Amino acid sequence: MINIEIDGKKIQTESGSTVIEAAHQAGIAIPHFCYHKKLSIAANCRMCLVQVEKAPKPLPACATPVNEGMKVFTHSEQAVKAQKGVMEFLLVNHPLDCPICDQGGECMLQDMSVGYGNGHSRYHEEKRMVLSKDIGPLVSAEEMSRCINCTRCVRFGAEIGGQMELGQAFRGEHAEIMSFVSGTVDSELSGNMIDLCPVGALTSKPFRYKARSWELSRRRSVSAHDSLGSGLAVHTKDNRVLRVLPIENDAINECWLSDRDRFAYEGLSSEQRLTKPMIKQGGQWLEVDWQAALEFCANGLRQIAGGAGAEQIGALVTGNSTLEEMYLLQKLMRGMGSDNVDFRLRQSDFSADGKMQGAPWLGMSIADISKADRILIVGSFLRKDHPLLAARIRSAAKHGAQVSVIHSTDDDLLMKVANKTIVAPGALVDAMTQVAKSVASKQADGIAGSLVSGERVAVLLGNFAQQHPQAAQLQALAQQIAEATSGKFGFIGESANSVGGYLVNAIPAGNGLNAAAMLATPRKAYVLLNVEPELDCADAQQAIAAMQAADLVIAMSAYKHGATEYADVLLPIAPFTETSGTFVSSEGRVQSFNGSVKPLGEARPAWKVLRVLGNLLKVEGFDYETSQAVRDEAMQGLDVAAKLNNAVSGIEFKTAAVNGLQRVADVPIYATDAIVRRAVSLQATTDAAQPKAWLHSTELSKLGVQSGAQVKVAQGQDSALLEVAVDDGLPEGVVRVAAGHPMTAMLGAMFGTITVERA
Amino acid sequence: MLSQQITTLIDKELNKYPADQRQSAVMAALRFVQDEKGWIAPEDMADVAVYLGMPQMAVYEVATFYHMYNLKPMGKHTLTVCTNLSCTLCGAGDTVGYLEKKLGIKLNEVTADGKFGLREGECMGACIDAPLLNVNNKKMCGKLTPEKIDSILADLEGGKA
Repeated sequence: MINIEIDGKKIQTESGSTVIEAAHQAGIAIPHFCYHKKLSIAANCRMCLVQVEKAPKPLPACATPVNEGMKVFTHSEQAVKAQKGVMEFLLVNHPLDCPICDQGGECMLQDMSVGYGNGHSRYHEEKRMVLSKDIGPLVSAEEMSRCINCTRCVRFGAEIGGQMELGQAFRGEHAEIMSFVSGTVDSELSGNMIDLCPVGALTSKPFRYKARSWELSRRRSVSAHDSLGSGLAVHTKDNRVLRVLPIENDAINECWLSDRDRFAYEGLSSEQRLTKPMIKQGGQWLEVDWQAALEFCANGLRQIAGGAGAEQIGALVTGNSTLEEMYLLQKLMRGMGSDNVDFRLRQSDFSADGKMQGAPWLGMSIADISKADRILIVGSFLRKDHPLLAARIRSAAKHGAQVSVIHSTDDDLLMKVANKTIVAPGALVDAMTQVAKSVASKQADGIAGSLVSGERVAVLLGNFAQQHPQAAQLQALAQQIAEATSGKFGFIGESANSVGGYLVNAIPAGNGLNAAAMLATPRKAYVLLNVEPELDCADAQQAIAAMQAADLVIAMSAYKHGATEYADVLLPIAPFTETSGTFVSSEGRVQSFNGSVKPLGEARPAWKVLRVLGNLLKVEGFDYETSQAVRDEAMQGLDVAAKLNNAVSGIEFKTAAVNGLQRVADVPIYATDAIVRRAVSLQATTDAAQPKAWLHSTELSKLGVQSGAQVKVAQGQDSALLEVAVDDGLPEGVVRVAAGHPMTAMLGAMFGTITVERA
Repeated sequence: MLSQQITTLIDKELNKYPADQRQSAVMAALRFVQDEKGWIAPEDMADVAVYLGMPQMAVYEVATFYHMYNLKPMGKHTLTVCTNLSCTLCGAGDTVGYLEKKLGIKLNEVTADGKFGLREGECMGACIDAPLLNVNNKKMCGKLTPEKIDSILADLEGGKA
């Protein structure tokens, strides 16, 4: 520790820290623009100049390391004179367009110029002008003349995002921030550049000119789009969500948000929102009142339970529904006498059910991942499935952690990968077995060698591993590897409440059917909560067939979706911003939130809908006043920490025979859930491009087609026409065809055989 | 695609730096491209980026930062006239004026036959010979007078670079 003095205040700080860090620790503000605690030091704005005793001239606080006995003056005559001088220079070329600037009211330059600027300018010459840029549908770079060249956006891209898409071209007076050859910024974290920009140069395109910051109410919420549990500040006006910003928490999302979390809100005001209950009569959809719709549902369910039996009713719920919704749905089903309830819609292997000691979770805290020195990522489209976790692992890799990958695609993780094994899905278990064996024998190179040499090993199973037809075996192998390396292993949960679903038993407990079985052996009635079966299930073809064959389909959804084809009743429910609820993140963090706005139209929170359904069906114990009461009941006597356990035993190892081409299906980043799929700006990004059939070039030449040609991709009875493209990172014998997209929704299972032929 | 000659030269340059610091060779690589092609097209920058394993934008930053890289075709012979203080005091303005008149082009333009391009440059560190011009960043010509400029142009026309 080092003793210094800032503005007469004695401060103890760590050696190696900078003056600005020490000052912030002590609660002393130093004006700055280019400095950001999460980014490297650039020291190019010069706003943080301070006076240091014995130094002949002012020094930049952000780039001056502390020294024993140092005396710093942040507001002395010399310091303030320097700061005011810098401010005058910054304002020389900055347009005076605050009244029409989107940043107005929340602008660092505006705020700082009140403190350090002059009321009038001594500069009367022509100001420099920088042309606007189009860098994509999310970030607006329309007014680059406002840029003060702090390079925060450039550093963010290169350091946190992992790809340098923006840079500072030219020099001196001509320096400007731009992308290479007018390219778009495609990073899945690009929205953070908007937050970082201290002026109005980079602003949010979807939010442009929608509101002033002081008109907005701020509501605390939790992201529903991945399992990290990122804190959201939902900004609303006139009962509408107008934008979403991060809530800082170093243990979760730090000060970042993925673009999916940030811009998904546009889906909340989609034209497809369902605002009135509807019943299908004689093939026509009629708008009805809630009473009629709920009685219709209750009668239908009662009839089927009384006739064919309650086990003919199946309930499916998405993993991003709230804890309360999942709890009430399973309570309702069990109250009717059916054990058929599941939220693991894209899972295909359920053989670990009953063999696990608890609820599968991350196996460590999110912060622990930063401390791991060896990380093995198994079966994960990490960057697209969990953008911020990828950023965290990227930062760990930068600080020396060795990252290894076992997967079926070789997508660029934008970080240093020490070892990787890329094999077809059918060979994934073999690849893991090899590693497990090598790790056990301690004589190893490659992935095993890397893991054995580590002190803090983390093995993470991604979405692909969880959806894999041999998921239980992968889990058992991950456990072996973790045990042999004294490390930890866990699942990066697929959705916001993947852990919560287990905690409240939204899974079959006795002889009920799991999600896959419910669709494989069709039920007479289905209750769908937030589910779009053709986009959310492991086998879209089978899901649709089951829905079409059913006598009664009750779709509770915030949207009018594909269910209009086969459902009998549509109940408008509130998305997560319009209801109170709870998500349990991958690391087991229980986070409750309130509704940010009132439900749209006649939509109602699903927990209320389920409560009334419970009452109508005369199921006991459905008299909740608030969602908190539901949560309290669901969590009663539940020790979350004790319940989280990935340990599994008694898994049978079988080799699965696979013939022909195997399908590798990712769920594209902007196709993961109903809200995201309707967020227009996200849908305009490169990541939301139409799915293609990706093949290794040798497979392509076997087919005798050129990249860019149309091919017929078939599974089961149906086929899709897709453009074919080359990806030599794929193993041979596989074709990558995304799921969760309307263009591929007629295809079958996300894993397994698939045929590709010339169209 | 970078030509065989260019990659050979870059490889030679790379020997000067540690194996994991390939981007150290970016300035040399851009110079080789310009020597061969007369200018550096964005596609060439992208190729250099791939070859050196660095972001395209980082190559672009370097290429736009330094004045001596041509970002557009500048003719077979690029004449760069220093217009910094010393040269200007010694008549660089007249030099530029004379060249513009003689070649029939303005600064940053190329003659119709593609032989000459005219550029403004920064201090070349030889103020004792002011005013100065530089041919293709390779050959410095000082103490310029109209007669001397005529003879330089005539030499270049005649193939004596």
